[in-house]
Amino acid sequence: MSADGAVAASARIEALPRVAEAPRRTRLDWGAVAVHALLLLCVAVIAFPLYYAFVISTQTVEEVIARPPVLRPSGHMFQNYVDAWTRAHMARLLWNSAVVAVVSAVGKIAISMLSAFAIVYFTFRGRMLCFWMIFITLMLPVPVRLMSTFEVVGTLGWLNSYQGLTIPLMASATATFLFRQFYLTIPNEMAEAAQLDGAGPLRFLWSFLLPLSWANIAALFVVLFIFGWNQYLWPLMITNTEAMRTVVIGLEGLIPRSGTELPTWNLIMAGAMMALLPPVAIIIFMQRWFVKGLVESEK
Amino acid sequence: MKRAVFKNRGLPYLLVLPQIAVTLVFFFWPAVESLRLSFFKTSPFGDKTFFVGLENFQKLLVSPEYYQSIVNTFVFAFGVSAIALGAGLLVAALATQKVRGLAAYRTAVLWPYGIAPPIAGIIFLFIFHPSYGVLPYWLGFVTTYEFNWLLKGWVAMTLVIIATAWTHVGYNIAFFLAGLLAIPASVLEAASVDGAGSIRRFRSIIFPLLSPITFYLLVVNLIFSFFGSFGVIHAVTQGGPGRATEIMVFKAYNDGFIGLNLGSSAAQSVLLMIVVIALTALQFRFVEKRVIYS
Amino acid sequence: MKRWTVVVLVVTAVFLVGVPSESLAKTEIHFWHAMGGQLGETVNELVKQFNQSQAEYEVKALNKGTYPEVLTGAIAAYRQKNPPHIVQMFDVGTQTMLMSGAIHPIFQLMKEQEIPINWGDFIKPVTGYYSKDGNLYSMPFNSSSPILYYNKDAFKKAGLSADKPPATWKEVGEASKKIIAAGAAKCGFTTSWPSWTMLENTFPWHDQPFATNQNGYTGLDTKLLINGEFGVKHIGQLAAWQKEGVYSYGGRMGQPDPKFINGDCAMLIQSSAVIGGFKKSLKFEWATGQLPHWGPPYKKQNAIVGGGTLWVMKGNKSTDYKGVAQFMRFIAEPHQQMWWSVTTGYVPVTQTAIKNLEAGYHFKKNPEQWTALSQLSAKPTANSQGHRLGNFIQIREAIESEMENIFAGKKTAREGLDAAVAKGNDILKEFAAANKQ
Repeated sequence: MSADGAVAASARIEALPRVAEAPRRTRLDWGAVAVHALLLLCVAVIAFPLYYAFVISTQTVEEVIARPPVLRPSGHMFQNYVDAWTRAHMARLLWNSAVVAVVSAVGKIAISMLSAFAIVYFTFRGRMLCFWMIFITLMLPVPVRLMSTFEVVGTLGWLNSYQGLTIPLMASATATFLFRQFYLTIPNEMAEAAQLDGAGPLRFLWSFLLPLSWANIAALFVVLFIFGWNQYLWPLMITNTEAMRTVVIGLEGLIPRSGTELPTWNLIMAGAMMALLPPVAIIIFMQRWFVKGLVESEK
Repeated sequence: MKRAVFKNRGLPYLLVLPQIAVTLVFFFWPAVESLRLSFFKTSPFGDKTFFVGLENFQKLLVSPEYYQSIVNTFVFAFGVSAIALGAGLLVAALATQKVRGLAAYRTAVLWPYGIAPPIAGIIFLFIFHPSYGVLPYWLGFVTTYEFNWLLKGWVAMTLVIIATAWTHVGYNIAFFLAGLLAIPASVLEAASVDGAGSIRRFRSIIFPLLSPITFYLLVVNLIFSFFGSFGVIHAVTQGGPGRATEIMVFKAYNDGFIGLNLGSSAAQSVLLMIVVIALTALQFRFVEKRVIYS
Repeated sequence: MKRWTVVVLVVTAVFLVGVPSESLAKTEIHFWHAMGGQLGETVNELVKQFNQSQAEYEVKALNKGTYPEVLTGAIAAYRQKNPPHIVQMFDVGTQTMLMSGAIHPIFQLMKEQEIPINWGDFIKPVTGYYSKDGNLYSMPFNSSSPILYYNKDAFKKAGLSADKPPATWKEVGEASKKIIAAGAAKCGFTTSWPSWTMLENTFPWHDQPFATNQNGYTGLDTKLLINGEFGVKHIGQLAAWQKEGVYSYGGRMGQPDPKFINGDCAMLIQSSAVIGGFKKSLKFEWATGQLPHWGPPYKKQNAIVGGGTLWVMKGNKSTDYKGVAQFMRFIAEPHQQMWWSVTTGYVPVTQTAIKNLEAGYHFKKNPEQWTALSQLSAKPTANSQGHRLGNFIQIREAIESEMENIFAGKKTAREGLDAAVAKGNDILKEFAAANKQ
C-alpha cells in the first residue's frame, strides 16, 4: 500500500460533497426519484431501531408494554431521563467512558507518533525488530489473549483502575502504520533543511511534523475515541466496582435478569440514548475526519 | 523503508520505548502466558496447577460444544458480513446514480457505527421481545409462529446477527463510497453512452472495479464479527438458548471467567489466535494484490 | 512573627494529617454480595444498623453483580492478595469455596475470636448443606426454597378456588388448562431458575438422588443421576406442556418473573426470596403454595436450601477478623434474623427466630412466609441434604442449555438429559482432576 494511495483516497473522500452537490439541470428524472425513494427507504430502515428506542425512552412502563405497540413519543421523556440518570449513576459512567476514550486515544496517538518517527527517521540496531514487533500485534486482538492479559494487569495491580482501563488499549499497530505512511510522504529535504537550520530531531518533530500531522491526528482521534468509548469486554473484566464502570457496561446492568418488578424498558432505553449520543454525535459532526480516519487507519 | 536522516545513539530507543513496552507487556507476555496456561490445569483460586500436556486441546477437539461454537461463529460471522456488505453495496450502488444530497444520505446511514454493539443488542432485544417487541407483534399478523429467542436458537441467532450488522453497515458504506468515487467519471460515462442499463452497468463495470474493496471489507467484517461482537452476545443471549449463539470468543470468556476453567480457556485462546493469524494472512495477500490494482 | 508562622503551620499540618486519619480510625470490613434491587436495599439497611451499633468497625457492602460475577471478582482479588473480608456465595458455589483453600471456616473464626454462637440453634437443612465433618464452614445468610406463586384473580376468573393452590403436578396441569380456556391468562405457569427449581429441588423433594456419592457429599468422583426415569418423566411432562402452551419457558435466572408480574402466566415457580418485592409491586391478588409434587409412589421429602451464605476469606489483616466475627454474630441474632426474613422472604434459619415469629403469629398473618419454611421441615435424607458438586455453575449451565433444547423440541427429554449428564460428568471429572489432594 503506497502512501500516495492513502492521500489520494482521502482527497477523494473530501471531494465527495462537491460531487454530490453539483447541480443537475434535468427534467423530472423518474430514475432519480426512484433512487431517492430507495435511498430514503434504506435510511428509514436503518434509522427505525434508534427511533423506536427513543420512543420507548419517552413512555411510561404501561405504554411500553401496551398492545398494539405505541410508536409515537410520549410525554415522560424528562422524567425517564432523570430517573435513568440517577439510578444508573450516569454522570459517573459517562465520565469514566470519556476518560477511557480520550486517554486511550491520546495515548495511542502519542506513542504511535513517537515510534513511527523513530522508525522512519533513524537508523538504529533493532529497527526492523521493533517494526515487526509492532506489526505482529495486529494478529493478537484482546479477546484472544483474554485471561492472560487479565492476569498480567492483575499482577501489575491495575485491576479496577484507570491505568488498567486505558494503557492496554494503547498499543496499536494501525496508528503506527498510519504515521509511518504519512512521514514517508514528507520529502526528505524538509528534514535536511531543518537540520541545516540547526534543529535537532525533537525540534523537527515538534515544529515541523506535528503541525503537518494535525489532519491525521484529528482523523485518528475520532476513530479511536469511538473505539475506546465502545469498549466492552475489557472494562467488563477488569472493573469490579460501580465507580469504575464505563457506560456501555453500566447500561448492561440495567437489563433485568431477575427482579420483582416489571422491567423498566423505558429507563433502559433512556440510558441507552445517553450512552450512544456522544459517539454518534461525534460521527455526525466530525464526519469528514471520521471517514478519513476510518479509511486510512484500516489500510 | 526510507533512508534515515537523524543520527543519535539513544534517542530512537527512547522514542520507541513506550510502544515497545506496551506491546511487550500487553501483547507478548499475555500471548506467551496463554500458550503456557493452555498446557496446564489450574484450580480457580490459582493455588494448584498441574501440567497436563495437550489434554486441554484434546478435550476441546472431541467436545461437541466446541464444534458447535465453531459452527455458530461461522454462521454468525458470515451472516453479519452478508447483511452488512449486501446492504452497504446496495446503498453504494444507488449512490452511483449521482443523485443530489449524497452527503446527507451518507450521514444518514453512517451513524450507527458509533453505537456500541451491546447497546445495539439491547435495542434489538426489545424490538424482538416476545411479549413487548414490535417485530413479533407485526409478524403475528402474518403467521402464528412464535418468534421466541428465549427458546428458538435460530431466532436468537438472527437477532444478534441483525443487531451486529446494523452497527456495521455504515462502515461498509463509507468504504464503498470511497471506492466508487475513485472510479473515473469517464469510465462511468463511457458505459452510459454505450446505453448500458444502470443495473447492467453496475454489474459489468462497477462491481469488478469494486471487488478488491469488497474482498477487503469481507475480511474486515469477518474479523469484526469474530471478535468485536462479543458484547452483543453477552448483553443479549449469553450464548443461549441451548448454546445456539455461543460463539468462540464468548465460549473462551465464559469457560475461563465464569466456568473458572483457565486451562481450557487458554487453549481456546490459542486456537483463536491461529484463526486470526490465518485471517490476517488472507488480508495481507489482498493488500499485496491491491497495490497492483492501484 | 516567625514563631506564629511555625505554630500556624504545625496546627495546619496536624489538622490536615489528623482529620483524615481520624475518620480512617474505623476499620473497614469489605462485604461483597449479589443482592440487587429491593434485596440490595435491605442488605444496606442491615449493614447500616451494624455500623451504628458499634464504633470500631465499618462494614462496606458492595453489590458486585450476579453470584458468578461475585465469585470471579473475589477470586481475582484473592489472587492479587487483596480480597474482601466477606463474600456472599450461592449454594452452587459451595464446593468451589470449600475446596479453594482461600477461606476461613466460620466455626473456626468464631472460636478464634472467642465469640460464641449457638450453632445448634440453626435449622438442620441449612447446617447440613454448609457443613463439613459436622462443622459449619460458611455463615447462613439468605436461605430460600422454591415455591409456587399464583394469581388469585386469574384462578377466580377460571372458576378455581383461590385459596387452594394446586399441590400436585397433575393439578397444576388441570388448573392451567382451565385458566387458559377461561381466558384468565395466556399460559398456565412459568419457572425461574429452571435447573434449580425443576431439577435441583424437585429431585430431593421427591427423595430422588441427584448425583452419586450422596449428591457429592462423600467423594469427588461423582456422577449425575438426573437422566433416570423420574427426571425423564418430569422434564418430559414440562416439554409436553410447553408444546400445549400450558407451560411457558421464560429463560434463566429471574428472567421469567415478568410473565407472572404482567399477568401472562397465572403461576410462577420461583424462590421465596421475591416475596418482599412482590408485596410491593404486584397489582393483583396472589398467594403461595408448596413446590408441586408428583404424589405417590414418590415420597414427599424436603426441598433444599437455596440462596447464599457468607464466606470469610483469608488474606486480610488478622486484626480485621474480630470485626468480621462481630458482624457475623450480629446477623445471627434473633432480631436481625427476624427482620431480614420478614422484609425479604428468605426463611429464618435459627429456631429461636422461628419460635419468636410463631409466637407473634407472624406466619398466621403472612402465610406466604411459612410456605418455604414448611418445605424444609422434614429430616433430610441422603438425597435431600443438598448438593456438593464442583464447578456447579458450569454444570447448571450445561443442564439449562439442554433444558432449552428439550423445551424447544430439538431433543426429547431423554436425549437432552443424557447429554446434560454426559457434559456434567465431564465437568465433574475436570473438577476432581484439578482438586486431587
